[in-house]
Amino acid sequence: MVTRLGFLGVIARLFLWAFLLGLAVVVLYPLLWMVLNGFKTNAELFDNPFALPDSWSLENYRKAWNRGVSDYLMASVLVTVTSTIATVFISAWAAYGLTRVNIPLNKVLTAVILGGLMLTPTVALVPLVQMFQGLGLYNSFWALLILYTAFRVPFTTFLIRAYMIDLPREVDEAAQIDGAGRWTAFWRIILPMCKPIITSTVLLHVLFAWNEYLFAMVFTNGSDVQTLPVGLTSLMSKHGTDFPVVFAGMAIAAVPVVLLFFFGQRYIVKGLADGIGK
Amino acid sequence: MCRRALGLAWVIPALVVLGVFVYLPLVQNFGFSTLTWDIYSGEQEYVGLENYRRLFDDPVFWSSFANNLWYAVISVVFQVFGALLLAALVESVRRERWQRALRAVYFIPSAISLTVAGLLFYFVYEPNIGLLNHVLDAVGLREFAQPWLGQESTAMFAVIAMSQWQGFGYCTLLFAVAIQRIPSELYEAAALDGVGAVRRFFQVTLPLVREMTGLMTMVTVSGAFQVFNEVMVMTSGGPNNSTQVLGTWLYRSGFVRNDFGSAAAIGTVLFVITLTIAMAQLWVTRRKRVEW
Repeated sequence: MVTRLGFLGVIARLFLWAFLLGLAVVVLYPLLWMVLNGFKTNAELFDNPFALPDSWSLENYRKAWNRGVSDYLMASVLVTVTSTIATVFISAWAAYGLTRVNIPLNKVLTAVILGGLMLTPTVALVPLVQMFQGLGLYNSFWALLILYTAFRVPFTTFLIRAYMIDLPREVDEAAQIDGAGRWTAFWRIILPMCKPIITSTVLLHVLFAWNEYLFAMVFTNGSDVQTLPVGLTSLMSKHGTDFPVVFAGMAIAAVPVVLLFFFGQRYIVKGLADGIGK
Repeated sequence: MCRRALGLAWVIPALVVLGVFVYLPLVQNFGFSTLTWDIYSGEQEYVGLENYRRLFDDPVFWSSFANNLWYAVISVVFQVFGALLLAALVESVRRERWQRALRAVYFIPSAISLTVAGLLFYFVYEPNIGLLNHVLDAVGLREFAQPWLGQESTAMFAVIAMSQWQGFGYCTLLFAVAIQRIPSELYEAAALDGVGAVRRFFQVTLPLVREMTGLMTMVTVSGAFQVFNEVMVMTSGGPNNSTQVLGTWLYRSGFVRNDFGSAAAIGTVLFVITLTIAMAQLWVTRRKRVEW
């Protein structure tokens, strides 16, 4: 690489950095503002929105926690964990069946499962509400578990399938010589080999389930089953004049996924890139 | 044959959840769109295409559709072309550590939920404590300060602007992956030929991320027609229905105005739009495979 820079090159670099860092400020400042506002009082907030809080008391965070955020958080954790397990296993089984087992109608079944990628949740909203009311599952944890699983199986299967299809044939043959049945081969050999893509799909599903709003809003209304995205809007409508408490609740909802992204960045990026470009 | 059929057990769980909870409701939706239907009294009546006729006579349907189109156009400009340019700019930073840090920072808004982002910007736009009006004030542009979400002329664009803030980092990250897959020899050859950075972008980067650009455009447009969360959180479609999009209008028709037939008809319209885009996407992906 040529590293000598002319005068114009230096100016260009300067502008480049000013732009890139300016954009970083535009992204980070509102988020920082949100966290800081969680430490303020309403009076401070109205007095000067830019000022730092007078004291670093966790009072608002405690209030938000007690006014429902702890329940919303528990509901979110429960729905996220269970739907992640259900989605990843159902998808991994399907991917295994479609790529490593000689099953009839393979092409058709692949098309049916991956075809679900093209369908959007909004379209089916009216019949789904009626169906869940009929099943007596409306306003229950089960509604979200089932819907998050059903609508994410196509994407998750797509990712795992693309990975499994590239594993060498010899793996299955070796497993058969060892006398391992299909079931053992899947759990002992194939699934461990797919660890990187499983990690990606788990992280992407967690991001999805933690943040999902449409189903959560339409299918739940009691505070014991509401997840964080919907719970925050309830917090807002119930305590809308106590702005700092709402800010604290938002920060509590945001922190886990931001941490998750920073620790799982590599896998999340890989999953997203494969999901769109493969 | 019996042994082969046994292998189906692997895919049956997926087929069942998809069949019952994704495909069946989709088919039912077509049926519902031909009924007038009161969910509380349970009365149903077959009306043919009457729901569609009423829908196409409804000015809010068309203004919702127009808002989705605005969403699509603005998002393609910022989240496809803007993000592509930004990804190339970040890539031109020499230290890889800085590249990674910048991309990670830009992505943060995409990791937090649209609800949190939407509520945050509800406060950013808020006239009394809002950051935006205070920033305008601080830089001497006080006359531009206004109730961004409270008036019809600016509300939709304020929501769309939030969505750009929330989504551009996601697209930048994906374009970065595409750019990194370009063989470095191509850039080295261009540098040896004395090709400048700007021309390198147009002559090397742009042609080689063409497929990714096509895919991103379609994903973005499809996403623009599925918008729901941020509008509900920030404006609920108001003031005076000026920020309704098809998703929120479907919700309002069905679950607030108790007009499930209309809601189902909007569902069908959304289905046709998103399926068309998905087909186009599939076609582009297929073509790409053949080319490579």
